[in-house]
Amino acid sequence: MANVIRTESLGIMNQSIAGQDRAPLDALLLYAFTGLAALGAIFATAFSDDRLFRFHGYLLIGAFVLAFGVLTVALNSGRLRSSESHYSDGVIRAGVIATMFWAVVGLLVGVVIAAQLTWPNLLYFPEHGWLNFGRLRPLHTSGVIFAFGGNALIATSFYVVQRTSKARLAGGAWPWFVFWGYQLFIVLAATGYLAGITQSREYAEPEWYVDLWLTVVWVAYLLVFLGTLWKRKEPHIYVANWFYLAFIVTVALLHVINNLAMPVGALHHRSYSLFAGVQDALTQWWYGHNAVGFFLTAGFLGMMYYFVPKRAERPVYSYRLSIVHFWSLIFIYIWAGPHHLHYTALPQWAQTLGMTFSIMLWMPSWGGMINGLMTLSGAWDKLRTDPVIRMMVVAIAFYGMSTFEGPLMSIRAVNSLSHYTDWTIGHVHSGALGWVGFISFGAMYCMVPWLWKKDSLYSNKLVEWHFWIATTGILLYICAMWVSGIMEGLMWREYTSQGFLANAFVETVAAKHVENIIRTVGGLMYLSGALIMSYNLWRTIRLPSPASQTAVTAPALIPAE
Amino acid sequence: MSALTYETVARFAQQGGTLYFAAIFAAGVVYALWPRNSETFRRAAHLPLEKDEDNNVQA
Repeated sequence: MANVIRTESLGIMNQSIAGQDRAPLDALLLYAFTGLAALGAIFATAFSDDRLFRFHGYLLIGAFVLAFGVLTVALNSGRLRSSESHYSDGVIRAGVIATMFWAVVGLLVGVVIAAQLTWPNLLYFPEHGWLNFGRLRPLHTSGVIFAFGGNALIATSFYVVQRTSKARLAGGAWPWFVFWGYQLFIVLAATGYLAGITQSREYAEPEWYVDLWLTVVWVAYLLVFLGTLWKRKEPHIYVANWFYLAFIVTVALLHVINNLAMPVGALHHRSYSLFAGVQDALTQWWYGHNAVGFFLTAGFLGMMYYFVPKRAERPVYSYRLSIVHFWSLIFIYIWAGPHHLHYTALPQWAQTLGMTFSIMLWMPSWGGMINGLMTLSGAWDKLRTDPVIRMMVVAIAFYGMSTFEGPLMSIRAVNSLSHYTDWTIGHVHSGALGWVGFISFGAMYCMVPWLWKKDSLYSNKLVEWHFWIATTGILLYICAMWVSGIMEGLMWREYTSQGFLANAFVETVAAKHVENIIRTVGGLMYLSGALIMSYNLWRTIRLPSPASQTAVTAPALIPAE
Repeated sequence: MSALTYETVARFAQQGGTLYFAAIFAAGVVYALWPRNSETFRRAAHLPLEKDEDNNVQA
């Protein structure tokens, strides 16, 4: 009896009796894989004479042995069976929790490094190297992009692909491997940065063995997603899934090619890139800009095309426009990378090509923005009454703003002023905090009541507070960065009458002090919003569940009548 | 037949790329506007609106 209740509560009720005494093949494969991975990690750690490699080796052993133990228990208790009549929602619930956890961690580190830039004398710790800006900065960027954004993308893609395909996730237990494997990647990357393990490629800092691990996880993710589409009962593949699929496929390609490297030794953490010179720079920024285009744009557009119509209860404004949006966006984005390399050894025509394609991106970006906003046609009153819709609409507005600003900054003459300045930082944050953050928060606010079977959120008031505090924080952040960025850009290019540079670098740093304070306050406000949201979601999950109560009592009432 | 110099490769990438992208874009627009697809797209635009928040896979 207790077993029945437990399997029901896990949502993995199994009606067939024939298959109950044998464990499913997918779970056995995962079991074997985890066992072999544990053995491999033990041997690699035992034979390595590299201290930093062994440090990660111990982490890997711990993770694989723990996973092996959990799988042993789960296999014996028959928990890893799945029924095709139910969606696989457990892994999405875990994804929501991981998303909010990493959001708070990533934003907190962001506030810390903003304070370090503001008060460099107070917050510099020469005796603790791992607390320095250089180690914490990639922890912040990877923490918010890959840990927060990545978990939001994996969780929502699993949600959307099941609902719009009318099919349970493929692969049985393997979606759980994708989830936990991705968390392991995050922990390896984050601890590596703090310990000083880095290959110094922006947004691709993890070393070769962490890259290989992510490749395994990502291929599993791709197969789970494709397998779900393969067995779909809805003939048409909904446009959100196209965006998610483009994100998964392109990130796999970018990740593998940009990280091609030769390790110093099979059991050593350090590696050297296969690329050198201008080819190296071009490959890195082909990767770097498409991390923006496919990780931070295409994936989150998939989120927009499902959750905005769903929440507004209106169909997509123009499905035709969404198709043109998709194909033009993915084909143009892939060429925009060279705009990061103006005035370098890259051939001038290639720089111009990157700039031209960036300007062409105005069209699909604004087409998509219009499509998202106009989906609210006939439901504009919800902007006033539903703070979750308001959050997603402001996200789309920030998408439009930052995709207007980006092409502007890619123009060579503008770039000569903006490059290396805080203007770039402000641009990135209007996209990341405004677009990526808000559309993800909106999707989480939508999904949590659905996934935990609640009628509504714990408090709409708290969503209002989150919305206004975070929006004000973003505005403080980006306005401060516009001012400091243009100021330092102008100071760097200022000449005296004798032709010498007018300002020393440190003078431009000192000039930005007030803007840096405002930026730190803005970041702190955005973090506060995320903390309010975490509290609100936690209270929502803890609410009594009306849906399940009626489900339990209803069948008992019928025979009584 | 000219030798495989930097100039010929660069010209091929530039001009061939332009034609390739124009063709792909045209194909995308034609697919989006093809009259026979309009019913599929109308139905697809309503896909998120189906009541599917619960855990049961719909028939």
